[in-house]
Amino acid sequence: MSASPSTVAVQGAASRPRAVAPGRRAGRAAGRTHRAFSPWLFLAPGLLITLAFNLYPFLATVWKSFTDARTLTPGTFVGLDNFTALLDDDQFWVALRNSALYVVLVVPCLVFLPLLLALLVQRHIPGIAFFRSAYYTPVVASVVVVALMWVWMLDDRGFINGVLRMVGVDPVPFLSNQWLLLLSSMALTVWKGLGYYMIIYLAALANVPRELHEAAEVDGAGPIRRFVSITMPSVRSTMVLVGALSSVSAFKVFTEVFMIAGPTGGPGGADTTLVMLIQRAGTGLQGRTGYASAMSIVLFLLTLVLMLLVLRADRKDKD
Amino acid sequence: MAAAAQAPAPAPDVRPHRTRTRTRTRAPRWRTALRYAALVTVLLIMIGPFLWQLSTSFKGTTEDIYTSPPRLLPAHPTFANYGDVADTIPVWDFILNSVKVAVANVATNVIGAAMAGYALARLRFRGRKTAGLVFVLALLVPMEATMLAQFATMRSLELNNTLIAVVLPGCIGAMNVLLMRNAFGALPYEIEEAAVVDGANVWQRFTRIALPAVKGTLAVVAIFSFMGAWDDFLWPLIVLSDSDHFTLTVGLNFLHGTFSNDQRIVAAGTIIAVAPLIVMFACLQRFFFRGVGEGAVKG
Repeated sequence: MSASPSTVAVQGAASRPRAVAPGRRAGRAAGRTHRAFSPWLFLAPGLLITLAFNLYPFLATVWKSFTDARTLTPGTFVGLDNFTALLDDDQFWVALRNSALYVVLVVPCLVFLPLLLALLVQRHIPGIAFFRSAYYTPVVASVVVVALMWVWMLDDRGFINGVLRMVGVDPVPFLSNQWLLLLSSMALTVWKGLGYYMIIYLAALANVPRELHEAAEVDGAGPIRRFVSITMPSVRSTMVLVGALSSVSAFKVFTEVFMIAGPTGGPGGADTTLVMLIQRAGTGLQGRTGYASAMSIVLFLLTLVLMLLVLRADRKDKD
Repeated sequence: MAAAAQAPAPAPDVRPHRTRTRTRTRAPRWRTALRYAALVTVLLIMIGPFLWQLSTSFKGTTEDIYTSPPRLLPAHPTFANYGDVADTIPVWDFILNSVKVAVANVATNVIGAAMAGYALARLRFRGRKTAGLVFVLALLVPMEATMLAQFATMRSLELNNTLIAVVLPGCIGAMNVLLMRNAFGALPYEIEEAAVVDGANVWQRFTRIALPAVKGTLAVVAIFSFMGAWDDFLWPLIVLSDSDHFTLTVGLNFLHGTFSNDQRIVAAGTIIAVAPLIVMFACLQRFFFRGVGEGAVKG
């Protein structure tokens, strides 16, 4: 600080109120109102938007989940009826199963594969910037666009079946079999997410001290051994973060399945996910808002529980 | 002052350099070759579908697009499919709508999140913790769980089926506010003290000193806001009912539904949708990767 003595004195007066002379009180009070007021001006837009379009709708959803509201009628209080009705709704259980399958199969892929990719593009070798951005391309593109590309690739007469036919394999019904549809959506989710999580891992890997690797190499540890004993422990908290982010987004999956399996979720709705069910039940003039709100609450609780579980696992790791 | 923030940086910079030269002399040539082979394999997996789509979009109507083995290059390349997209759907109107939504989203997110983040990180006032908690809570509530209530809110505001309704719910994302709070929080206090001494008010300190120091994070917020708005599908699908107001993603779904029999036109439509984003990203990627790294180290 190269401030002149006089300015230092002013600053001292401002930051040490006890030393202020009585005559300055009025000025200080004015400053305090100013100080108390301006932060709220800075916060006002963000707070208003968040309260109006995030927390208020959430409270409204909680309230609606206890009513028989429809799109055009506010409905009356029906207690837990919506939730008990959910237990008897086959579609709900199908959606829950599909969402759970999504988490179980997609999340491990999105925790490990991007880490391997990050290791692959970590070293500064010629052309690496190109590879990094190219791997990020699927993240940049809209889900609708990439889903349309995949539908074309997976078509009965599309690229993948074309190659398979070339080597004498019968066409695989990627877009008509109930399970293959779900697997195709999952593959799309993984493919699109790789670059995003790769960047998170790259940032984490930059903080791993290089000496550890060098020391291990001197001690004769091979690449796999170094990966397991040095890289993985150093990025463990990032792996937990990626696990949390990807499992929450796996539970919220909509567009991939909507585009690949169709708006009704595949043959007989067998590939419906929770969000698709909410969208279908709650929109339109005949929308059952109350019932769909109950499903929304279930979705919220599931994502919340997932996050808490993952965060607790992280805390245990650190202890 | 900015140099002070980055003071620790030069030290780690030295090490990779030294190691790099060492590994180059030590790493056998075949290992480098193996690395590039792996890089190219992954490259094909990541951008192969884009290239296949691009190729399909140039194939003429007389050309069989269902051959086995698949023909990678069009036999008679043509731009006709791109013209046909505009004939079948008002693709330019959709693009204009998407641009409006995306630009508005970037502007509100950058300004709103920076202001709120600055207040949370640098100003002292009663209620700061509560205000911060509001944004953290907002992060816990998935948009998918509140979209029906948001739709009802928009209806009571009589904003349904407008682009304003598409922008409003995400126009100042809680995540962006927290990102900006972290970025501002990592700045050393000295840089503002000097300005306080010179008599700068809060607004001047914010715009002239703090904002220029967090450009990297601002860029990340801007890019993510643009991509988020451009790529969003579920919310516009719910809130827009009139095809005049469709954004590009909703319009493309329409194209897919109506003209799925001509894959060439669908392909051209998707290329029109994705090309501007890829070009934009290619131009900004240097800035972007630096900003993300910065944010991660600070956060």
